[in-house]
Amino acid sequence: MKFDFKKFFFRKPKNELEGSENQAPAAEGPPQEAAIPEKLAEKCEGCGQIVLADEVAANFGVCPKCGHCRKIDARARIRLCFDSFEELFAEEASGNVLDFPGYSEKLASLREKTGETDAVVTGTGVCGGIEAAVFSMEYRFMMGSMGHAVGEKIAKLFEYATEKGLPVVGFVLSGGARMQEGIISLMQMAKTSAAVAKHGEAGLLYISVLTDPTTGGVSASFAFEADIIMAEKGALIGFAGPRVIEQTIRQKLPEGFQRAEFLEEKGFADLIVERKEMKEKLCALLRLHCGEAIA
Amino acid sequence: MNAYDIVLKSREKGRPTALTYISRIVDGFIELHGDRRFADDCAVVGGVGAVEGMPVTVIGIEKGEDTNDKIAHHFGCAHPEGYRKAVRLMKQAEKFHRPVLCFVDTSGAYCGIGAEERGQSEAIAMSILEMLRLKTPTLSLIIGEGGSGGALGLSAADEVWITETSTYSVISPEGCASILWKDSSRVAEASECLKMTANDLAALGAVERVIPEDGFSDAFFEGLKADIAAAFGKLKGLPVQTLVENRYRRYRKF
Repeated sequence: MKFDFKKFFFRKPKNELEGSENQAPAAEGPPQEAAIPEKLAEKCEGCGQIVLADEVAANFGVCPKCGHCRKIDARARIRLCFDSFEELFAEEASGNVLDFPGYSEKLASLREKTGETDAVVTGTGVCGGIEAAVFSMEYRFMMGSMGHAVGEKIAKLFEYATEKGLPVVGFVLSGGARMQEGIISLMQMAKTSAAVAKHGEAGLLYISVLTDPTTGGVSASFAFEADIIMAEKGALIGFAGPRVIEQTIRQKLPEGFQRAEFLEEKGFADLIVERKEMKEKLCALLRLHCGEAIA
Repeated sequence: MNAYDIVLKSREKGRPTALTYISRIVDGFIELHGDRRFADDCAVVGGVGAVEGMPVTVIGIEKGEDTNDKIAHHFGCAHPEGYRKAVRLMKQAEKFHRPVLCFVDTSGAYCGIGAEERGQSEAIAMSILEMLRLKTPTLSLIIGEGGSGGALGLSAADEVWITETSTYSVISPEGCASILWKDSSRVAEASECLKMTANDLAALGAVERVIPEDGFSDAFFEGLKADIAAAFGKLKGLPVQTLVENRYRRYRKF
């Protein structure tokens, strides 16, 4: 039998928009099979080069060759930047308010697949000794789209933070409003903005970290209402998605358009942060705003 | 009329546009231009005038009447500077304790390179946020298409009214059908599913009032003018803190 060298070593990554939720569980087979890791190497979606899987994992999901940031799930993102985390408002879930065809089934299957009730995780945590309220959006759940549950959890988190006098750190990732919830999802933009405004009026800090992708209704609400807007290196950030713009204006978009670096150049992002330095940057900013005294 | 008929009607040529509403409802309208940052966006028309003797700030998204007019107004698709102009005029209204009246008619915010370069997301986000905490009464009227975030940018008001054959939606039915079902011919079905017509929106609590259109007769505009003056009269009677808190509650309930 011909040994397929390529198939053995390299696994083609799943289309990222589909969400690669099947982080296959550790192989449970005969011992000799278990000794072979699930994948030794993989092709980077950014540069197309072959990289060692272990090396990517050790580098927080960032390609060691080109720096391409792979999407990471909401809880992993919190673990990356916070020393501890206590979840709040986990019970909030969206229903199919408009009886949109197929939506209930979609929600049920995603809940089962991801173990999350919706597209955001909220709670409190400690980063660099400072307590903060934190939310983190989940790409595996309809690419972080915002319906009632997402809006409600974020609004509740800002209200909670306002009451307790806590800063908010938000890891934003979203394709936009969730169309299956129609006008209710549009209203979440106003609801979350209102909660952000109240938190701000109380003199409290809100840092948003825009990750790949941040577009549509989420981009045009709480993502851009922060005191400090960080953008993860290379992230796609914009109002309209690039494909929609290309279809509308019938021309190709320039290289780097709507990427984090473009946002910084145009004056819409305070700073671009690499994943490995994110915790350090957040800690420093939190300490400057919320620390007792600067040593 | 089914939902798709209403969608088509909301976009129909010959429907009164924002400038028509302004000329029929606002006396002595004086247009104020520009965002004092970058430019004057022709899709957003703003200024001051009086409704039944009460000074108001008026902001409208104007689609234009004929082809040349439509081109001049960017087909009612606002750029970031349009939202920034709106915010500037709203803050001015707050300073002089004038109510803010918005006429909304847009298929959506402008989609293009310049709009992205100048921060369309930030402009809409800040327009929503500033409108929500404005210390003066606000009323938005959807008079045709209420297209997504571009419409919400001028509709985060104390009350939102809508005329009978207008729509307000998170996405166009065409966009919904092509993204969700990869089939733009299913637009009629998407129009139903999105619950985007005036009556559906009222049932969901997204609008306070559905205004019968009555062929846009003189009586229609006269009646609307009286209703607007009455609504502002009532809202002006509230302590500012109550006004802003009620607005918070209005959006918090969704």
